[in-house]
Amino acid sequence: MSWLIAILQTALFVALAPLLAGFMKFCKCRLQNRRAPSLLQPYRDLLKLTRKQPVISEDASWLFCATPYIVFTAMILAASVVPFIAVDLPTSAEADVIVLVGFFAFARFFLALAGLDIGTAFGGMGSSREMTISSLAEPAMLMAVFTITMTASTTNLSGAIEHVLNEGVVLRPSFVFALFALLLVAVAETGRIPVDNPTTHLELTMIHEAMILEYSGRHLALIEWASQLKFMLYGVLISNIFFPWGIAENFGLSALSYGLLVISGKLILLCVFLGIAETAVAKMRLFRVQEYLGFAYLLGLLGMLSHIILESTR
Amino acid sequence: MNIESQDLYTQAILSMSALVGLTSFLMLGQGRLLRLIFVFAVQGLLLTLTTSMAAFSLDNPHLYISAVLTFALKVVFIPWMLRKEVLTMNMQRDVEALKNNTALMLGGASLMVFSYYVLQPIIHTSSMIMLNAIAVSLSVVLLGLLLMISHRQAVAHVVGFMSIENGLFFAAIVATNGMPMVVELGVAFDVLVAAVLFGIFFLHIRTSIDSLDVDMMNKLHEVDSR
Amino acid sequence: MILFLAYSAVLLSFASGGVAIAHLQFPNVQKKLVFWLLGASGLMAIFAGLGELIYPEIRLDTLNLGLPWLPWHVHFDSLSAFFFLIIGIAVFAVSLYAPHYTHHEQKDAQGFAVLSLFTGLFVAGMMLVLLADDAFMFMIAWELMSVASYFLVAFQHENPANRRAAFLYLLMAEVGALLIILAFGVVASFADGFTFDALRASTIPTTWMSIAFVLALMGFGMKAGLVPIHVWLPEAHPVAPSHISALMSGVMLKVALYGLIRFCFDLLPEVHWQWGVVLLIVGTVSALSGILYAMMQQNLKRLLAYSSVENIGIIVMVLGLSMIFLANHQNELAALALLAALFHAFNHALFKNLLFLGAGMIHHQTHELNIDMLGGLIKRMPKTSMIFLIGCMSISSLPLFNGFVSEWLAFQTALQVDVLDNAVLRSLIPVSAAALALTAALAAACFVKVFGLIFLGVPRSRHAEKAKEIQDKGMLAAPAMLAFLCFFFGIFPSSILHLIDNVTEQLLGSTQPTKDVLSFLSIAPVSPEQASYTAPLILIGALVAAGVSFWLLTRNSETTMRIAPTWDCGFGGLTPRMQYTSSAFTMPLRRIFAPAFLIDEKVEKTMRDDTKLNVGEVRYTLHIQDHSWVRVYQPIERGVNRVAKQVGRIQTGNIRTYLGYSLATLILLLWVVSL
Repeated sequence: MSWLIAILQTALFVALAPLLAGFMKFCKCRLQNRRAPSLLQPYRDLLKLTRKQPVISEDASWLFCATPYIVFTAMILAASVVPFIAVDLPTSAEADVIVLVGFFAFARFFLALAGLDIGTAFGGMGSSREMTISSLAEPAMLMAVFTITMTASTTNLSGAIEHVLNEGVVLRPSFVFALFALLLVAVAETGRIPVDNPTTHLELTMIHEAMILEYSGRHLALIEWASQLKFMLYGVLISNIFFPWGIAENFGLSALSYGLLVISGKLILLCVFLGIAETAVAKMRLFRVQEYLGFAYLLGLLGMLSHIILESTR
Repeated sequence: MNIESQDLYTQAILSMSALVGLTSFLMLGQGRLLRLIFVFAVQGLLLTLTTSMAAFSLDNPHLYISAVLTFALKVVFIPWMLRKEVLTMNMQRDVEALKNNTALMLGGASLMVFSYYVLQPIIHTSSMIMLNAIAVSLSVVLLGLLLMISHRQAVAHVVGFMSIENGLFFAAIVATNGMPMVVELGVAFDVLVAAVLFGIFFLHIRTSIDSLDVDMMNKLHEVDSR
Repeated sequence: MILFLAYSAVLLSFASGGVAIAHLQFPNVQKKLVFWLLGASGLMAIFAGLGELIYPEIRLDTLNLGLPWLPWHVHFDSLSAFFFLIIGIAVFAVSLYAPHYTHHEQKDAQGFAVLSLFTGLFVAGMMLVLLADDAFMFMIAWELMSVASYFLVAFQHENPANRRAAFLYLLMAEVGALLIILAFGVVASFADGFTFDALRASTIPTTWMSIAFVLALMGFGMKAGLVPIHVWLPEAHPVAPSHISALMSGVMLKVALYGLIRFCFDLLPEVHWQWGVVLLIVGTVSALSGILYAMMQQNLKRLLAYSSVENIGIIVMVLGLSMIFLANHQNELAALALLAALFHAFNHALFKNLLFLGAGMIHHQTHELNIDMLGGLIKRMPKTSMIFLIGCMSISSLPLFNGFVSEWLAFQTALQVDVLDNAVLRSLIPVSAAALALTAALAAACFVKVFGLIFLGVPRSRHAEKAKEIQDKGMLAAPAMLAFLCFFFGIFPSSILHLIDNVTEQLLGSTQPTKDVLSFLSIAPVSPEQASYTAPLILIGALVAAGVSFWLLTRNSETTMRIAPTWDCGFGGLTPRMQYTSSAFTMPLRRIFAPAFLIDEKVEKTMRDDTKLNVGEVRYTLHIQDHSWVRVYQPIERGVNRVAKQVGRIQTGNIRTYLGYSLATLILLLWVVSL
């Protein structure tokens, strides 16, 4: 039973990811006084792409064609680990938060290789920048995550969320720092303003888009979907770890539907917040990203220190 | 002795102390003067909030006066004065190139650990909140000094000095539940005097070396370096 | 029985060297026999190691060799057995790989004989180090290993740069050996005798114990390649033949770690947390600077050598954690940390061996080791590329591969700091864990560069374009076997972790906290509630998800893929030179981590005419130097030279003066004796 719910939850997660991306676009459009496309537009795009014939460069190897599937699979696995509407599912015991970071690394490794596969300057540029940014973001992310896991004394995501739930409302300075660190990292890792701009196709500014420039058809669809999934993963991770209230703790129908309602509310709030931030901030130069991520790391470090210094004195 | 077992007031005070520590770090890494002054004002605001929280929870009305004083001096008057100074000097566009920003930050973080380590012996004689608050305020003091060492602009030095005072003030509020009124008034007056004196000093430095960059004062060195 | 297997492993590798010499004298002795014997030696070592690990028991023996009053004491416990297993796997792989490789690399018989003789001696030396139970035998075996490997590094001595690298290696190996002797001496002066039992029983004051620790750390660290005493590694590894560098990097560095573990955890009566902090810091610095320098390299083998520095750094870091926990009487966590360290050592042996053998294959087919001259090999050498990809994924610690598991264990150990009382330690360890995260992420970037530039894209040189797949079965089978092991231990790590538990049981008297509740499928270092990792289920999930998405998307047969020329933005004429190169790929990181390197970057422009507007030719040179050369070695070198000049003064060249020195020495000695 619980396995079935876990699989259904993952399927729901995967199905809802484009909707969240659509909503994010909607928020940004409204904030910038533009007319927004329909919320279902990402689904239409994906469907259209899968019907198109993919064009592959003659220099591409098997790795180029395999990468979209690998990336998509890694994201599905990550989605199965993150508690979405219910905690204590069997899938979250398979892998903990460090493995989750490992899944992201796996996807990124292959995406960067695919960028290098064709042998154009764009792909190389994208891979180089992506690996640079992610290698700076990973320590910041783990620092923030470690703060939480040390408080909950488990790296299991379900366990950490249950710990926060059981504890009730506690004002923890370390969580404040970790939250902000994780937000900054999430923005960098999902390739959004001010680190990367998902809507640009200008060679000087793009990072993620440069890597996937050669993809088309169903391959592109998978990669787009995967990055929508990644966006949603970070959103769910942040909202459920720091504000877990409302998540279903048993598998009753009412609890589950309430959990779905609550997580949608949290994600909507997060999207609005992110939309405002993206509208207000301009994109940074590439070589200011290290300062940005350095700041995220500092926040993570301060979170860790305040956990050690302020919260668990012996 | 964990944070879960403390009451809400303690948790709030601890969060405040964490935020005060954060503002110190932000000041340390800040190259632009106007933003530095802004962060300083935020730190003052956090102090005001802490003081009023203490006043509310301890039911100690004279702390409200102290909160109002803090607000007036550290959030309004001194930032306003420094800001005016920066604008008249036309330095708002100057970005101070901080060498080794990362090393500076890591140094700051280790100072924080160090101040905690130094204060460990008093753990037996005081409550958790006291120890932690004093640790944070000591690190605010040390970070203020580090700020003065690492920045070249005299304005930044003033901010560093004032943030040292903030650290001491925070410790006083949290650890002793508010000092006697006389002492607080005295300190507030001292800060005011210091601010005015700094204003005069700025004037003098500027007229004599035509800049507020303290490295320019190396010229006043008695022994010729070459 | 198990000891007999170990002895036969040593003897077989000696015999392999002997046969190589015999082949020189009597050409009718089969060349193949050399490798058969070496392979048999490897197999024996695997059996001996596995046997001891499955039936752990301390096996002792004395051999009447060496000095008359000091027979060789032999000691085979699970720690030795574990490293025996590592050596066995590596030697077996090399014995499969080497026949074809050496046949092509070295045409004349004499070269072959020299190479094989010293390979045999080298392997035997390493095994003897693991068997030694007294300081005397340990040092003899150690020297056998060092000197034999010196000849292997100096094998291609026609090139003066190689001779220089080999000399540097010998110098550092000998200085290291000297430090180890001193460390043994310090301990032995408080004990009666040189046997390890006597050393264990000694009562040493803490100060002397710390001195012995520092000496041992420097001595073994020199061999293992800890920063800043690592500089021989990137010089010596590219110079040696590939299967030898595989053995050196994969195994010899581990033998040095064995020495460190044996000395600190076994011989010294107690450990102090301060030592742990030293190891933690040295390890963190080595890991970070190792990977940063690796990233900047263009020579594949040099890059791999620096990456070894990184991995050794990680292992030492986790050993430091173990020491800290041990000193704080958290024996279970100390065992967990040691488990993580040993498992990472094992994994590193596997994938570094694989990558060095892969580098040999690339060199064999293209005669090129410069990453910037390769490219597009995935189509020309599909099997090699698959094997190499698995190695790259393991070393980048991606899930489902073995490197990930050991790093995961290291993280889990680091997160247990809440049990420590000391707040400084509690804040230091998470910071070093974050440094470990940075290292892992940089390693991924580095190996994306390696695989991407060598195998993907368009060939950058004619050699790469003309490359063919390896035909020899053995040469493919050896790295393929290692790749399989990387994958297998990534999916079923508990199979080997159970064996390593016996090592920690014997060494520290405790195992990881959850030894008894572990199933075969998942691992959970502290408790299943805290963290668990079930790789087989993840693999199944991944296969299902990938399969379903592939089936759903390719069901529609109208949308078959169309092959087209690469889009060139409409300008026409994409050339291989437009691809990203190694230095271009790493430029952002070079700029961000600029203080870590000594960068000498120059752009020279020549103008076509006097207007200074029309640029004709641009020449870009980039030279990156290791900080430790300038900061550590050059001052030492200058100091040594200065002292040597002073000492040189006593060499007058006059024979009567020399006689006078002899007389003075004699008188001095007589006086000393009379005291």
